Amino acid sequence: MAFFGLFSSKQKTSAAAAKERLQILISHERQNREGPDFLPDLQREILDVVKKYVAIRDDQVAIRLDRVGDSSVLELNVTLPER
Amino acid sequence: MATVVTVTSGKGGVGKTTSSAALAAGLAKAGHRTVVIDFDVGLRNLDLIMGVERRVVFDFVNVISGEATLNQALIQDKRMENLSILAASQTKDKDALSEEGVGQVLDQLADMGFEYIVCDSPAGIERGATMALHFADHAVIVTNPEVSSVRDSDRILGILQSKSKRAKEGGKVQEHLLITRYDPVRVDQGEMLSKEDVCDILAVKLIGVIPESKAVLKASNTGVPVILDEDSDAGKAYSDAVARFLGDDRPLRFVTAKKQGLLSRILGGGD
Repeated sequence: MAFFGLFSSKQKTSAAAAKERLQILISHERQNREGPDFLPDLQREILDVVKKYVAIRDDQVAIRLDRVGDSSVLELNVTLPER
Repeated sequence: MATVVTVTSGKGGVGKTTSSAALAAGLAKAGHRTVVIDFDVGLRNLDLIMGVERRVVFDFVNVISGEATLNQALIQDKRMENLSILAASQTKDKDALSEEGVGQVLDQLADMGFEYIVCDSPAGIERGATMALHFADHAVIVTNPEVSSVRDSDRILGILQSKSKRAKEGGKVQEHLLITRYDPVRVDQGEMLSKEDVCDILAVKLIGVIPESKAVLKASNTGVPVILDEDSDAGKAYSDAVARFLGDDRPLRFVTAKKQGLLSRILGGGD
């Protein structure tokens, strides 16, 4: 079997898969790490304000900080329940 | 001025204590007055790896709480007179390590003339680990070529870059990557992350690659830092790493698989 192994086409190795997975995960984790500390607090306070007027669940407010060139874009998504 | 070198990893079982013992013994062997401190309060093991487990009377926490003097707690190595060990407490709570207390002990060690203070960090990111990181001038990040270890190392790098004393004062802790348990044969076969892969992902300067070696268990069995097993591959690799730490430029050893002959490849031998 080893003889045929010499000529078989190279499949993606498990080490390559590990590297790819790590690169994606770590770049994501670094982004969160570099984000400002106030983001979780901001999200909670916005949620509280919205809750005063509309009954929504915690997961219906999403907040994201993206970097575009030199500036940061704060993206706020509030999903309002259908009436 | 003493230099504080923290050996850390995030993940457990990757070789922090083995590396702390080797690094401290290597620095002492190179002629530098060195002390190695176990920060793993509650689960001390550095004493065992250094072979001084029967000589521990007072520990790090005793010194911080004023129950013993530093001189009473320091254990001088019997192999090298310029090497001392400060054991961790077995019984005390890890919260016993206050920032103020640890800082005072480190200052006192510097006053006593120690050139290098090697801090053996516990696993995790709790108090013992953050205290060991806090005062670091240099950090040796011990990483296995394996996904969870690499990820945890990156977490630790994040903490170093934001929470350490140097970072808070606007400076930077010097980071060094030490890859342990490296198996070049498996790397060649695509079964293990290569040293280049790990360096790419973590973006930290490589200080050494320690091969997977029987010498490491043998050394811990007998309580001798593996760097003192001068004929072993791991011992040589650690010596190289210490030399690089001290500014020597040395090529990596034990990082390529021994070439297999064509015949053994065809016959499938040698695996």
